[in-house]
Amino acid sequence: MNLFRNVVFIAAIAGLVAGVVLACMQAFATVPLILKAEVYEQAGGGHHHDHAAPAATDTNAMTTAAPAGNVMSSAAPAPAQAAVPAAEDEGWAPADGFERFALSVVANIVTGIGFALVLVAVSEFAGGIGNWRQGVFWGLAGFAVFTLAPGLGLPPELPAMPAADLTQRQIWWWATVAATAAGLGLIAFRKSLPLAILAVLLIVAPHIVGAPQPDSFETPIPEGLHHQFVVAVTVTNLVFWLVLGAVVGVVRGRFTGTATSLRDSFA
Amino acid sequence: MTTASVSLGASVSSQSRFMQLALVALLGIFVVGFVGFSHIDAVHNAAHDYRHSMAFPCH
Repeated sequence: MNLFRNVVFIAAIAGLVAGVVLACMQAFATVPLILKAEVYEQAGGGHHHDHAAPAATDTNAMTTAAPAGNVMSSAAPAPAQAAVPAAEDEGWAPADGFERFALSVVANIVTGIGFALVLVAVSEFAGGIGNWRQGVFWGLAGFAVFTLAPGLGLPPELPAMPAADLTQRQIWWWATVAATAAGLGLIAFRKSLPLAILAVLLIVAPHIVGAPQPDSFETPIPEGLHHQFVVAVTVTNLVFWLVLGAVVGVVRGRFTGTATSLRDSFA
Repeated sequence: MTTASVSLGASVSSQSRFMQLALVALLGIFVVGFVGFSHIDAVHNAAHDYRHSMAFPCH
């Protein structure tokens, strides 16, 4: 299992570096916007996470929350509406401040390594990422697959924004990722016009099917704040993927390039 | 992408190579799926800001 070990090792280093970079960018770019949105959320009737609740209560929560949100959108939080049922059914949550930030950093690093595992494994099938420049192109592909394509149908959301059923959105998200990845792979590695046409169809198909949409788009979140958030998420993810790809290229180059005699022990 | 002439698994049989790489990819998908897509409340709350910042479906 030397190959397995090497691939995991490269992915761990790249995921660690890119995850730390992403966590730093999020601390300045996206998290402040999330915290702002939570002020509107508190004002608009609290946080409702009805993962397991039946659809009827979900829509009830929506309709009761929506008018409150409209009234509150320009005003300060009203004590009357302040999150009455919110705290009880959400389970454990980290304390604001250091604990919350630290867990975000952990999540960034762990999933950074997860994305790196996928990136390194897939790129090895295609011959491997030889240097940082190839890594940048692989990173662009990762960005297109994991951020751009699903983000078209399901734009980044702030807390208190209405959304369709969680499971359905997650299914659409993964299906879009798979179809886009397959499409890009066909275009990049198969030199055939019919397959290229099939690839375009694969990439377009999830958007023709369409992402699950909420019943109502009413939200207390101002549009300007949401727009800022979409830009911040997209740009931070772009940098994350470029760094991830480039670091994989550099680390893998060290493995295969510097010590030829070590290659067999690594291979 | 084809200029990388040195392969990490040069001395591994192609079938074992395929299995190992597929295993790595699955492991990565599992990791991302657990942190970013879990329905467990505690996991969701712990990674809340991260999920929003990655545009993962949330709430």
